[in-house]
Amino acid sequence: MKEITIEIDGRRVTVPEGVTVFEAALKLGIEIPHLCYHPSLPFLGACRLCVVEIEGARGLPASCVTPVAAGMVVRTNTERVREARRTILDLLLANHPLDCLTCEKAGECRLQHYAYEYGVASSTWQGERKRLEPDESNPFFVRDQEKCILCGRCVRMCQDVQGRHAIDYVHRGFAVRVSTPYDVSLTETSCVFCGNCVTVCPVGALTPKMSRGRGRTWEYTKVRTVCPYCGVGCNVYLHVKDGRVIGASAAEGPAHEGLLCVKGHFGYEFIHRPDRLRVPLIRQGKSFREASWEEALSLVAGRLLETRKRYGASAVAALASAKCTNEENYLLQKVFRAVLGTNNVDHCARLCHASTVVGLAAAFGSGAMTNSIREIAEAELLLVTGSNTTETHPVIGTRIIRAKRAGARLIVADPRRIALAEEADLFLQLLPGSNVALFNGLAHVIVKEKLYDAQFIAERTEGFAELVEALEPYTPEYVEGITGVPAELIVRAARMYATARRAMILYSMGITQHTSGTDNVLAIANLAMLCGHVGREGTGVNPLRGQNNVQGACDLGALPNVLPGYQRVDDAEVRRKFEECWGAPVPTQPGLTVVEMMEAAARGQLRALYIMGENPMLSDPDINHVREALEKVEFLVVQDIFMTETACLADVVLPGACFAEKDGTFTNTERRVQRVHKAVDPPGEALPDWVILCRLAQKMGYPMSYDHPREILEEIRRLTPIYGGISWERLGTDGLQWPCRDADDPGTPYLHKDRFARGKGKFHPVKYRPPAELADEEYPLLLTTGRLLYQFHTGSMSRRSQGLEAMAPEPYIEINPRTAEVLGIGDGQLVEVASRRGSITLRARLTERVARQVVFVPFHYAEAAANVLTNSALDPRAKIPELKVCAVRVRPLGANGSDGGGS
Amino acid sequence: MSERNERCWESAEFRDLLRVHANQPESLIEVLQKTQDLLGYLPRPALEAIAQALRVPLAKVYGVATFYSQFHLQPRGKHVIRVCLGTACHVRGGEKILRRLSEVLGIAPGETTPDRKFTLQRVACLGACGLSPVMMVDEVTYGRLSPQRAVELVLKYAAADEQVAES
Repeated sequence: MKEITIEIDGRRVTVPEGVTVFEAALKLGIEIPHLCYHPSLPFLGACRLCVVEIEGARGLPASCVTPVAAGMVVRTNTERVREARRTILDLLLANHPLDCLTCEKAGECRLQHYAYEYGVASSTWQGERKRLEPDESNPFFVRDQEKCILCGRCVRMCQDVQGRHAIDYVHRGFAVRVSTPYDVSLTETSCVFCGNCVTVCPVGALTPKMSRGRGRTWEYTKVRTVCPYCGVGCNVYLHVKDGRVIGASAAEGPAHEGLLCVKGHFGYEFIHRPDRLRVPLIRQGKSFREASWEEALSLVAGRLLETRKRYGASAVAALASAKCTNEENYLLQKVFRAVLGTNNVDHCARLCHASTVVGLAAAFGSGAMTNSIREIAEAELLLVTGSNTTETHPVIGTRIIRAKRAGARLIVADPRRIALAEEADLFLQLLPGSNVALFNGLAHVIVKEKLYDAQFIAERTEGFAELVEALEPYTPEYVEGITGVPAELIVRAARMYATARRAMILYSMGITQHTSGTDNVLAIANLAMLCGHVGREGTGVNPLRGQNNVQGACDLGALPNVLPGYQRVDDAEVRRKFEECWGAPVPTQPGLTVVEMMEAAARGQLRALYIMGENPMLSDPDINHVREALEKVEFLVVQDIFMTETACLADVVLPGACFAEKDGTFTNTERRVQRVHKAVDPPGEALPDWVILCRLAQKMGYPMSYDHPREILEEIRRLTPIYGGISWERLGTDGLQWPCRDADDPGTPYLHKDRFARGKGKFHPVKYRPPAELADEEYPLLLTTGRLLYQFHTGSMSRRSQGLEAMAPEPYIEINPRTAEVLGIGDGQLVEVASRRGSITLRARLTERVARQVVFVPFHYAEAAANVLTNSALDPRAKIPELKVCAVRVRPLGANGSDGGGS
Repeated sequence: MSERNERCWESAEFRDLLRVHANQPESLIEVLQKTQDLLGYLPRPALEAIAQALRVPLAKVYGVATFYSQFHLQPRGKHVIRVCLGTACHVRGGEKILRRLSEVLGIAPGETTPDRKFTLQRVACLGACGLSPVMMVDEVTYGRLSPQRAVELVLKYAAADEQVAES
């Protein structure tokens, strides 16, 4: 691109053609006053505060919309310019209340800042003023129209970045303002309450409700940390005053570009909820009594050692936590492996991406997202499957929408007509559990039409011939019969994917939570390798991880068959390395997975279970069975921040610290290790989980102590090659993406460049197998489960955050209106949903989002837990249960839950 | 008002219009104009249908519809009276004419009579300053008015409508 040199305030600067004068000035460190300009938003040139003098130009151009031209001579701060700015501020203040004394935004208000700088105390203009009541109609933020300066930042954020366009300028002239159509509440619009409009508002027009009246910028400190909800890994500032988190705001970060979703922005009330666990509790009959740490940990240590002594190490197991830090997960598996001598360590990744870890490790040699979130913008085509991204990974969801609107093509394959389907070029509404058939069908077309990348296949892969043979039966017509997707769409999708120069696949639970989960992942990997869409920027196979640190918990060996860094426990060389560091033998046999632990417990073979920050009583399939199993366990320890459904069954409950109360690291879905910083103290006597684990180890006679998690990270670094270059100091604010092998390694944005982690990529021929349970006469509908934007996992955090709970307070079942009609079910009616394993009662929501033979229930709600219904049938290799498909029947109930008369 | 007019956005003509412009966000203003021609104003269900058909967010549709003075979100009278208050008309008593019509019709400027016969509007200039003070009823311009003369003209329109209705 052509470079242009201009002069600004007597200094020369060279920038690429097309850059604005404003940006060129920024490069020189000159910040021209501005209100409507924001680096994340399209330029508008509305506020006119950024006017400058340009030699030879007429008037005073707005620098934010004036491109540089060769030889320009710009002056940014002459008296003429300053006078123009004073006039603009004078005009703005004519219609802006001067209530800085009580304004939430005082101290960080741009208008206040410039009024001070330019000495404009009040307006010289007297006249009619806007008089409008503030809009308080949503649970998250307030819009004060009187303070609005009409800069349009919120409109552009909503329209161009977030892609919702819930608000716009309405009316004209003096009456113009930013609002919704017909001034309805935002809760009745397409708004998703990401609050990114609040982030960019330069004045006090948009302010969060949570922090109202609780302190202003000079009163609180901002602590940078990582959002504790999903796996995107957005960076946030927690606002801390007098030891309490009084608010939160977006921080810039590479994974999310300063954007947040509703949970990351407003979901923090749970931190200071009075029902946080504050002291250790020991079971006494049907209730608990408070205990000292000394007593509780002595009891836990004693019982764990005793169980091992009497029944052997295999009678002891632990569930690690995708919510805890890397360091804590590392310590948990270390304690159970080194001190108790068992590999019975697993966590909820088993229930979400175990099939990814197994499948992608087999195909590529590494079981993580191959590419980076940022690269979504580089892809020419995005194939999103089994992921309701705008609700489960909202910040990635908006990035997909932005990419689509910027010209990328989008294919969505999902059993439900999710929000992304509305944006898609092609929507393939497949039946739950028919994924292998669909992807084999796409591959079949690509092979038949010779659209594959022959050079890539020859140089980088093996097993192509076997694949071609296995794909033979999967003609579009045959696949239509299995999936319900029209053959013609299958052909079009295949051609679009194969002919794009850079195509990226993004997927989630809809692919993995099946008895065919590993096969689904392999079928996707086959498709990507077939077209050479791996190992380059803007391509790849990208499993979106659900929890803030589920990637990290896997990385750090909270899995029964691998030590940290996916180093196999059955490899003597690996074991020796860990044994040297830990000073204790590492057991050689792989341990039990989550669902196998429950089975072993039910059989009486697993006698002591230690659960750190997990809630299997809601998250695991077939909850009635889980309850039986946990009740049968002789000694159950739950370490958590709330009295969860699982903790209620425990013998000892240990109060842990939440993310805001400790230092450590989380690893996000794109393998980015990021620093988590302590903002406040834990409540009562609660302790960071890493401290609890150290004390427990000591009680069991194993010396283990660290002064700070950075020391644990240092130990991890020495033992884990993919984390080999990751130290607390190096992480800084942007973090590092593994593999990062040594102190000079900048980290790896995308995997498998030039060479797959396993050498050559391996095609695995896979066959379609139907789900373990299909609809039949007795249970005629297919149930699929999933997540909602306003809730998270088992709800222990989101359901304790008022706004989130207000937006999604109640469980429901989505039923197609035509199916509902046949069953005699009206919208909002109570229904009973039953599977072979149990039944739940909840309200029906009639919607075309689901096909006629499919129903959907979100799994967050204990009062109607979807997992009472789900099937614990396992994928044979990954041991992931089939949470996404089971057979159910639905019948209407009367208003009070009685039988409704319908059949 | 007939049942059909109450739910005018369900008319076949309107549905045809939306079909022709389906997935054409760039046709928004044209569709708004044609819709107003068809329906007399822009009722909320029509704007919602336009948003859906053209694939334009409702916020944008509403923003555009409220920005241009040519668009009306409320029902309009059968006859639209525009009283000029440009400089020349202002000097020669336009304000008095407006006030008098407002009293006789029982509505403020910008409003429509409950029987939807008349909409009264104040406008800045009709470009007929030589005839001031001026008003327009629908497409006809009347000049050199007095408040009395203006009222007589408006009553004539009302009478003519009644005759048509009786015959």
